[in-house]
Amino acid sequence: MTKLMLDIRNLRKSYGDDLVIEDLSISLAEHSVKVLIGASGSGKSTLLRCVNLLEAIDDGQIFLDGEDISEVGVNADQVRSQIGSVFQSFNLFPHLTVLQNITLAPRYVHKKSQADAQAEAMALLSRFGLSEKANQYPELLSGGQQQRVAILRAVINRPKVLLLDEVTSALDPVLIAEVLALISELKESGMTMMIATHEMGFARQVADEVLFLHNGRICEVGTPEALLTNPQSPELSAFLTALRGAGRL
Amino acid sequence: MSYLPSPLRLQREAARRLASRRSTWLAIASTTVVGFIIVVVISGAPGFDRVRASFFSAHYAWSALPHVLTGLWLNLRVMLIAEVFVLIFGLLIAIIRTSKSPVLYPLRLIAALYTDIFRGLPLLLVLLLVGLGIPGLQLSWLPNSAVLLGTVSLILTYSAYVAEVIRAGIEAVNPAQRMAARALGFSQTQTQRFVILPQALRKVTPPLLNDLVSLQKDSGLISVLGAIDAIRAAGIETAQSFNFTPYLVAGALFVALTIPLTRFTDWLTKRQDRARQHQGQW
Repeated sequence: MTKLMLDIRNLRKSYGDDLVIEDLSISLAEHSVKVLIGASGSGKSTLLRCVNLLEAIDDGQIFLDGEDISEVGVNADQVRSQIGSVFQSFNLFPHLTVLQNITLAPRYVHKKSQADAQAEAMALLSRFGLSEKANQYPELLSGGQQQRVAILRAVINRPKVLLLDEVTSALDPVLIAEVLALISELKESGMTMMIATHEMGFARQVADEVLFLHNGRICEVGTPEALLTNPQSPELSAFLTALRGAGRL
Repeated sequence: MSYLPSPLRLQREAARRLASRRSTWLAIASTTVVGFIIVVVISGAPGFDRVRASFFSAHYAWSALPHVLTGLWLNLRVMLIAEVFVLIFGLLIAIIRTSKSPVLYPLRLIAALYTDIFRGLPLLLVLLLVGLGIPGLQLSWLPNSAVLLGTVSLILTYSAYVAEVIRAGIEAVNPAQRMAARALGFSQTQTQRFVILPQALRKVTPPLLNDLVSLQKDSGLISVLGAIDAIRAAGIETAQSFNFTPYLVAGALFVALTIPLTRFTDWLTKRQDRARQHQGQW
């Protein structure tokens, strides 16, 4: 039996009167990849932000590797240091070089020596063909390169779970491909991931399971094939029709 | 294949050259006219000869120079020491005012009160209150040197300005930067130190340097407390000769002292503007 890396139980989250996530449960086994799809406002991003404790949840529990991280008084900094998060807008630190961006957390959060952190970072960068960018500032990189660096900045800390929130939405199609290739390779190497995306082709490629969110609830679950070709609910059918109409499927 | 410029290009370039030559001549002509008018108006003024004798006398300038320079050395030390303390206190106050910790609430309140008061109080009043009020208390353990109290007054006033500039910089950093840092596991303090402050200080360097230029020139105000700085020295010379040239000497020296910093500020601002155009970020 594989162990559960992330276990979300009966999560509920609202902003004021606006109920964003309602009684949502997801469990993510080690080395598995789950992809969240759904229209904007369906609660995908909020869900990811709840998991890395950037949002306070209203009700329910979240377990990371067996530990209840939704408990009162949990050390949020320590929890976040075990979760990797990548955002739509990259959010690289503009005053630091690529190498400094990647080594900052290993050095000051995970207390590694500068030499160790740099050696690890350089190994990662060269593995993904970015080593000649090590000493450049993010501004000089293409969007795709920036996002790949942002992913490596999270991956270097060996997170128990990697959360990817619409990481390709700000990129043009050519750049999307290089980011997706990196994520596929992370899947090969066994990274546990939860991914919110609008890229259905990509969902098909990496997802062990796809979850369709609608109005803060899981509306439909299944393999990518089943969900994308044979939707059961009228909500998912409508969503897929809309995507097809926009040429995104 | 070699490139031969088309006749169209040559024609265009000739027109541009002509236009630029014309602008140069226009600039020279208008400068000459304006300069001529200024000279005629001033030198034609009925009191011109007396003004020239009492403000622009080479003889008095030369004889006052050593004393004014000695005074300027005091200004220089005062401004350098004040600048160091102003930057430290300004940074501390800005950090306190932007902190969220409930423990720091009283400090936040005091910092807000302090900046409100000292940004509003005229520097001259602060100088008089500190410089005359503190010795007036007649507490033997309190310092009563005019230079020291004058420097303290400068620090009190300018720390408030600089704190507000730095605070504006901190608040101008994109909130997503803080979120990204927290998501990596950085604590509140680490986020501030490694991510927010470096970006904030870079953003506000030009206005910060501008405040330092202003501080340099205002260091001349400590003369009202009796410290013998450049302005006071010039005043003493003037009192002996009834010629105002020494003041002008002091003024020229102050300008010379601030010009490097103002030029540097301009250069830095321009460089940052260019960078911002390049990437639309900062």
